[in-house]
Amino acid sequence: MSMWSRIVNVFRGDRLNCEIDEEFAAHIEEAIAAGDDPIEVRRTFGSPLRLREQSRDARIAGWLDNLRVDLVFGWRQLLKRKVTTAAAILSLALAIGACTSAFRIIDALFLSPLPVAHVDHLYALARQGPDDLGVLRTFDDFAYPNFTRMRGAAKGQADLIAVSFAYRTDLTYATDNEMEKGYVQYVSGAMFPIFALQPALGRLFTTDDDVTPGAHPYAVISYNYWSHRFAKDPSVLGRSVHIGDKAFQIIGVGPKSFTGTEPGIITEIFLPTMMNPVVTRTDMSWVRILAVINPGVPHEPLRAKLDAVSLNYETERAKGFVGMSRHNIEMSLQKRMVIEAATSGVSRLQGDYRRALVWLGVLVALVLLIACANVANLMTAQAASRAREMALRVSIGAGRWRLVQLVLIENAMLAFFSAVFGALFAWWAAPFVVSHINPPDNPAHLVLPADWRVLVFGALLTLVVALLFGLAPALRASSIQPIIALKGGEEPQSKRRFMYALIAAQIAFCFVVLFLAGLFVATFRNLSNQHLGFDPKDLLLIETYTPRGQTPEAWSQMADTLRAVPGVKAVAIASWPLFSGGWTGSISVNAAPPTDTWGYFLSISPGWLSTVRMNLIEGRDFNSADSFPGEAIVNQTFVKTFFNGVDPIGRTFEKVNPFGSRQLCRVIGIVPDAIYNNLHEPILPVAYVPTRHLDEKGTINPADGGTFLLRTSGIKPLSLATTLRRLVAKTNPAYRISNVQTQQELVDNQSIRERLLALLALFFATVALLLAAFGLYGVLNYSVLQREREIGIRIAVGARIGSIARLVTAQIFVTVFIGAAAGVSLGMASVRYVQTLLFQVEGTAPSMLIAPILVLVAAAFLAAFPAVRRAARIDPSIMLRAD
Amino acid sequence: MKKTDALQGSLDLLVLKILSRQPKLHGYAILTAIRQTSGDVLNAEVGSLYPALHRMEETGWIRAEWAPKDAGRRTRHYQLTASGKKQLDAEVTRWHAVSSAINRVLQEA
Repeated sequence: MSMWSRIVNVFRGDRLNCEIDEEFAAHIEEAIAAGDDPIEVRRTFGSPLRLREQSRDARIAGWLDNLRVDLVFGWRQLLKRKVTTAAAILSLALAIGACTSAFRIIDALFLSPLPVAHVDHLYALARQGPDDLGVLRTFDDFAYPNFTRMRGAAKGQADLIAVSFAYRTDLTYATDNEMEKGYVQYVSGAMFPIFALQPALGRLFTTDDDVTPGAHPYAVISYNYWSHRFAKDPSVLGRSVHIGDKAFQIIGVGPKSFTGTEPGIITEIFLPTMMNPVVTRTDMSWVRILAVINPGVPHEPLRAKLDAVSLNYETERAKGFVGMSRHNIEMSLQKRMVIEAATSGVSRLQGDYRRALVWLGVLVALVLLIACANVANLMTAQAASRAREMALRVSIGAGRWRLVQLVLIENAMLAFFSAVFGALFAWWAAPFVVSHINPPDNPAHLVLPADWRVLVFGALLTLVVALLFGLAPALRASSIQPIIALKGGEEPQSKRRFMYALIAAQIAFCFVVLFLAGLFVATFRNLSNQHLGFDPKDLLLIETYTPRGQTPEAWSQMADTLRAVPGVKAVAIASWPLFSGGWTGSISVNAAPPTDTWGYFLSISPGWLSTVRMNLIEGRDFNSADSFPGEAIVNQTFVKTFFNGVDPIGRTFEKVNPFGSRQLCRVIGIVPDAIYNNLHEPILPVAYVPTRHLDEKGTINPADGGTFLLRTSGIKPLSLATTLRRLVAKTNPAYRISNVQTQQELVDNQSIRERLLALLALFFATVALLLAAFGLYGVLNYSVLQREREIGIRIAVGARIGSIARLVTAQIFVTVFIGAAAGVSLGMASVRYVQTLLFQVEGTAPSMLIAPILVLVAAAFLAAFPAVRRAARIDPSIMLRAD
Repeated sequence: MKKTDALQGSLDLLVLKILSRQPKLHGYAILTAIRQTSGDVLNAEVGSLYPALHRMEETGWIRAEWAPKDAGRRTRHYQLTASGKKQLDAEVTRWHAVSSAINRVLQEA
């Protein structure tokens, strides 16, 4: 009660004073009425003001009152210097917001635990070993039969859960003509019970829903999907969803918090693993394995046991690989099991963006440090201009800590406002960045809660920032020597040295940011300037599938129909578009044993080459009589790799499949090298074969899927999408369209990460440069102000502008060069760690270093110019008379 | 200043005692009561009384309220609270202990 009333009194200080005065007045009146001498009565009160202060102190919380006074005073100070305050708040807000955004994304992707039971004991299995090209990689895909064996082996020590890679697929709740997309994930029936998840509606899978292949046509949908697709309609239970050629009955809705096991993707429909058509296949790796390891079970023996089981499985399987070279078999058996913590789930997004996000985090942290240094310099300059005020306060008895508090509170207010604006920025920026991670039509879905983790991070960050930029100036302001300041003397040199040190740090950090931005921009430029070997512009792709397969005649009829559409210049068919998949086989020339190097294949129709603008170097295009096995067109790398560069036209090679079957192809044409699947990888040896596939008996294998490529002219390819969808459905209802997109999108999608990184890095580089230049300008301006008298005297005794400029800028340029040198060594040290994010960029190349240095020096000159001009314009007669 | 500090303990005691006899007194009345009941021996100073009153009010030993006097004027009345009564008992006990101790010391001499 008492404390509370004292706190309340802080905010009614004026009324309190009035009440005290009123009480005293009443006292005096009573005394006079009682016959006392008025003068004597007044004298008993002594100094009424002091008495009032004493009474007031008794009734008020002193520290809080001081705080209130400082807040009001600080607010007035901030308002007085609107431009500086705005600049400080803006730069800090941007930096705090950027840091918080980065934290939100990193937290959502890597740190925040899945909302499931036993999450502390949740691990993921993976195998490490060389890939097709001999590069060391981590593989987290397993074949289901292998999973079954490992699950059995781990029994009693760990519960193993199989979850497929969540994928976006076509599905419908009505007829085939009303297809929609949804994220589907096959999961072990045991997953929901092991994770102790409770349904929001209906029931979830149990182990009984995951026993016999193909016998459990049930689906569980996620809460998120239930909300946005069905508006939480409870009658969704019992409805069936058609996926592929199967129908699944919806039996339940998952809990609200659970969005699947892959951060970056919100799974919409869960199906039992047993319902995947390839569940019994030994050659299809399609599940990730999660393991809940029982407490107290040592990992290494468990890992070794699972490794042995898996290796045994692979070795057995490899015995049938008569069509694979010894070397490739050995390579495939070199993979070793690893157990990795999977507290926040496992997803491809994590792998793709781990390093990129770390470096983004480094960039924003550097920008934050630059901003802090900047504001610290502003504050120091400010403190200098307030030296007289502080000196006065000290001389009339203000305590040192009272002064520190005064300045710190002002800084805390600055930090607080920055944090508020920063929070607003982060609110917007984090989802914005996430929405740009994946292709525009299929963005990443990361759950970005503004929860206590983010709040705590933001609060801590603000505190650190406030201390970083505020503590030094506050301590400085408080250590003022009144005798010096009030005399109007020069302040100690140390203050300026402190400012120069901050400038050097700023320049160093700024260089690192510019340098990294340069690397990322160069990487993106190199990737997008890659020579593709074909022309992706104005190329529309219609991916179709036909459940029962269609004859080559039906395929070419459909192509003819599409060719008649206005705006379409050429139409061709391929098994799938370039940049979206692979088909490999060992190659044998002259019945030799299978090669170590894989050959890559793509089925194309006649006219495909001209449609994608790939010009034959030699030989001819396919015609409708060509088939696979039979004919092939190969690229230059294929000729180099398998024919030692000798003209292969008319010669033959065999595609050797792992289990030994061989398909003979005669080379009828050579095309230039083109990128097959991945912008980041070297050119592969590719053989193009006809879409007309024959089986062993020589009869036609009707293709059940394929992509129509349409070259358009004078019209935006995607504007045709609706018309074409309708036309395909009308022409032949057996065709289902699973996707319509452009080839350009497929190409661009592979450089999304690099583009995002380049754009963000460029943005932060601009911010860093602006901040550094602004800081430089501020300090120079300040030092000119401080030395106005000295400069005036020098000009008066005949100094030239050149020497004045040198005088003003010499120290700052030395500082800039020291900072830049430190930045260069920092950059050199860091380049090793960014190399994996770069593409055809040599981090240590002089060009990568010179560009940021030039930019920095130019910025430094620009920032120095106003101060130099100011110095040169000092009129000694005015300057010296003024003092 | 030192004198006030030395007096303070007994000033609290006097104020509390007077308020326990006669509820609702304003500052001047308390001052007068101290002087009169002590037979003009004790004379509390205004400069000590009001800070003491306000301090005891914040501590919760006494409660103050404004009472209208005449023509828009008002006076501030003080009265004892429950915790003030307890404090008074404690102060009285302490006073007796201290004064008898001092008396003993004086008698020894």
